[in-house]
Amino acid sequence: MTPTAMLEAPVAETATQRTPAAKPFVGTPRKATTHTSQNEGLIFEKSSPGKKAYRMDELDVPAVDAAALLGDSLRTDLGAMPELSEIEIVRHFTRLSTWNYAIDLGMFPLGSCTMKYNGRVNEAVSRIEGIAEAHPYQPESLSQGALGIMHQLQACLLEITGMDAITLQPAAGAHGEFTGVLMIRAYHESKGNARRKVLVPDSAHGTNPATAAVVGYQVENLKSNAEGGVDLEALRAAVDEDTAALMLTNPSTIGVFESQIQEIADILHAKGALLYMDGANMNALVGKTRPGDFGVDVMHLNLHKTFSTPHGGGGPGSGPVACKAILEPFLPAPVVVEKANAQLGFNFDRPQTVGRVRMFYGNFGMFVRALAYILANGPDGLRQTTEDAVLNANYIRAKLDGYFELPYKTASMHEVVFSDKLQAKNGVKTGDMGKRLIDYGFHAYTTSFPLIVSGAMMIEPTESESREELDLLIDALQQISREAAENPELVKTAPHTTRIRRLDEVGAARKPVLRWKAPPAKESLTPDSAAKEW
Amino acid sequence: MRYLPKSPAERAAMLQEIGVDSIDDLFSTVPAEFRVTGDLDIPRQHSEHEVVEAFKAFAAENATGYSSFLGAGAYRHYRPVLIDVLSQRGEFLTSYTPYQPEIAQGTLQALFEFQSMICELTGMDIANASMYDGSTGAAEAVMMAVRVTGRNGAVIARTVHPEYREVLGTYAQHQGIPTAEVDFLKNGRVDLDKLDAAITSDTACVLIQSPNFFGTIEDVKPIAEVVHAKGALLIVSIAEAVSLGIVKPPVEADIVSLESQSFGVAVGYGGPYCGVIAAKEKFLRQMPGRLCGQTVDKEGRRGFVLTLSTREQHIRREKATSNICTNQSLVALMVTIFLTVYGKGLRDLAEQNLAKAHFTAESLAGVEGASLLFEGAPRFNEFVLKTPSTAAEMSAALLDEKIIGGLRLAQWYPELGENASLWCATELTTRAQIDAATVAMAAVREQELVNA
Repeated sequence: MTPTAMLEAPVAETATQRTPAAKPFVGTPRKATTHTSQNEGLIFEKSSPGKKAYRMDELDVPAVDAAALLGDSLRTDLGAMPELSEIEIVRHFTRLSTWNYAIDLGMFPLGSCTMKYNGRVNEAVSRIEGIAEAHPYQPESLSQGALGIMHQLQACLLEITGMDAITLQPAAGAHGEFTGVLMIRAYHESKGNARRKVLVPDSAHGTNPATAAVVGYQVENLKSNAEGGVDLEALRAAVDEDTAALMLTNPSTIGVFESQIQEIADILHAKGALLYMDGANMNALVGKTRPGDFGVDVMHLNLHKTFSTPHGGGGPGSGPVACKAILEPFLPAPVVVEKANAQLGFNFDRPQTVGRVRMFYGNFGMFVRALAYILANGPDGLRQTTEDAVLNANYIRAKLDGYFELPYKTASMHEVVFSDKLQAKNGVKTGDMGKRLIDYGFHAYTTSFPLIVSGAMMIEPTESESREELDLLIDALQQISREAAENPELVKTAPHTTRIRRLDEVGAARKPVLRWKAPPAKESLTPDSAAKEW
Repeated sequence: MRYLPKSPAERAAMLQEIGVDSIDDLFSTVPAEFRVTGDLDIPRQHSEHEVVEAFKAFAAENATGYSSFLGAGAYRHYRPVLIDVLSQRGEFLTSYTPYQPEIAQGTLQALFEFQSMICELTGMDIANASMYDGSTGAAEAVMMAVRVTGRNGAVIARTVHPEYREVLGTYAQHQGIPTAEVDFLKNGRVDLDKLDAAITSDTACVLIQSPNFFGTIEDVKPIAEVVHAKGALLIVSIAEAVSLGIVKPPVEADIVSLESQSFGVAVGYGGPYCGVIAAKEKFLRQMPGRLCGQTVDKEGRRGFVLTLSTREQHIRREKATSNICTNQSLVALMVTIFLTVYGKGLRDLAEQNLAKAHFTAESLAGVEGASLLFEGAPRFNEFVLKTPSTAAEMSAALLDEKIIGGLRLAQWYPELGENASLWCATELTTRAQIDAATVAMAAVREQELVNA
């Protein structure tokens, strides 16, 4: 029986006839109902010669002979670039959009990703003309607003983190890591020895070891202790005069605050090594505790996580790096400074800088959104936000404990990590249950990460979820745990209600098709043949 | 706080169900000495109206009502209304990286279309789903060439954007990749003889930009021949993407690093923009960043997934091709919408840029004492002007007329002198603005003559 047939199989059958997969749900999805969605081919398949979606302005200077001006450099063919009218473009992208799940539709319980509400006023203010149209090379005297936004955001982030100095230049979290580890390297070099290795816990994000390698360090993995935190004995054994830094995520990727953070910092500092904090989980700390106070030397922030700038299907991000005074000389140039004439400006004269990590000043549009978020919250709002994020995670933990195995009993902060141990006995894995959650109207939680938990189910609700939405998620996961026991096939073949089913990812990698190509002329697609793709 | 969907009673009830007395019990793992007890010293909570007013006040302190002739890696082009109307749909704006393809086909198909259009425009076989920007993209392209060739050096034209070269220097420094820079000729193009001499048996790649930082279009074919004869790869960086509408694509290159900001992305004080790396198919396994690929679902229907992720950090960790994770997906969507609106009409857009820049150059160079540098090679929409007074003086005088003139070049190219500046005109530059700049520049000249 094909999965579709399973879905369509009659519900009312006798007990003897009923196969385990006779019903699409063992439980009842309360959040979602399937509905018609529009089919839509690739933009190239909809193109036909001579259609246009634009009209150029009347040219107010003499036309030129492009061939005469460009000579051999003239382009004569624009390949298969599409030709469509405006309404077709509106429908094309609107139809595509309806195939996405998004925060604006419901909860995204993705652990570590912090899918919180993205305030719409942030989008509005980033499009104000004097902000959106500011050129990065316009004179500083005519950029006081842009510089003022950067300056105020920097001041807020320094207060929130308890650090001394900051750069907004890095374009994303991993780029911030790169910048921070470069600064660590420059610091050690200034002391005469760059040192050789960077320690990375086995619970870390993949970007941590990848970053250390890009900066030319050997990566030494550090085994976690029985609570999922840093094993102090292992750390003591690993840290020596060749250790540049430890890259630590706090709270850790299992959502637990490192209570021995002071000891960790002390062990590193005693050997001249530095403590780097991956700020991916900073949303558990804002307004409650500050990395600068608990021994962190340098850290990055993800404005697209903690400070609500939209993920946009994978970016843009922004990864400011904050540091203690000892690392300030190494910040990327330029830095924003107050100049003698009471104006803000850039200082490029930074003899010890690690250099530039990005052209211009970073993802400025994200600075605007993050500052708008901070202003909308204020100190009380930011604190309440953190508290609600932690409250939500603990509420989920309390309601799902017992339905799923909880590998670490340590107190959770903003996210909770279960495992699929109970369900794996029936052959149902974390990835299957994540896919099944889609049928219940949610995005999957984070599956199979962190690596220290076999079959990890990592759930981060964020503060943006109401109790009703949390209860729907809890209800869905409880029902899925029942399905895993009563009808494992149903879960293993999920999702059943999406417009497409599980995709052949092995085939995609084995024979990569990474672009559309015009079909041979005689087989050119008609609207009918394009429709057959569906 | 208006973003938080809970009443005080609900919070209390939830705490009770968790089995704790107060919210602070949930923070008990944070040592007491590290807990923040009071309010952070940041601005108080603002209403939505107050937030808008705060940013209007910031905006008012930036240049508004000025005409601008700045380009140099950030280009002002018209952004069709559809870009924001469509990309601001919550399903695009507030979705995550498409790791669950069954509920992310919208983002994935758009990325597939993005990759396809970038290939059509650059003449390359494959393209990734975006890099942060043109500067980091160029640096990543160089590191990619090092992996491909097993060689360890890079030769870079000095006509590559100075900030791109700075970023590359930062990356190369810690990778132990030696770099050498090659000068330009009187026509603004890279000096091919010097380039040839700079390439050694350990040179992994040569990086050029076209149109280059001076706006001059490089002759890619003979450069590729020289580079390939030495067994190195040619990387062509493109900062002004609209040029691809009318300038022959660098099909002889091995890797193209494109900054696609010109395709519908606001200049926005420098970001977010959208880099992308395109390459010949044989270099696929060394490509950094995310790739979207076509496949089928269990029932044979076409669909799209992120693919070949064994190159990436979340699988390979320290052995990954790059540490990049988050990219510029939403900006890539804006680019895709822009390219769909213009399509083959990119040619019309590019031709207007060519006409406006040509007219601007002729007009300004017609001012007594002014002249164009780098004549004798084709340009797109930028040019270098030598003015009778210094670029700084000229700039100050033009600002009084609400004109932001060209960019002073001496900070990066001292040999060009204090009087050289880089100008840009796009389809948005009007005849009136060009005339006003010409008149203002002539007035400065007259005043100087009077003073003399």
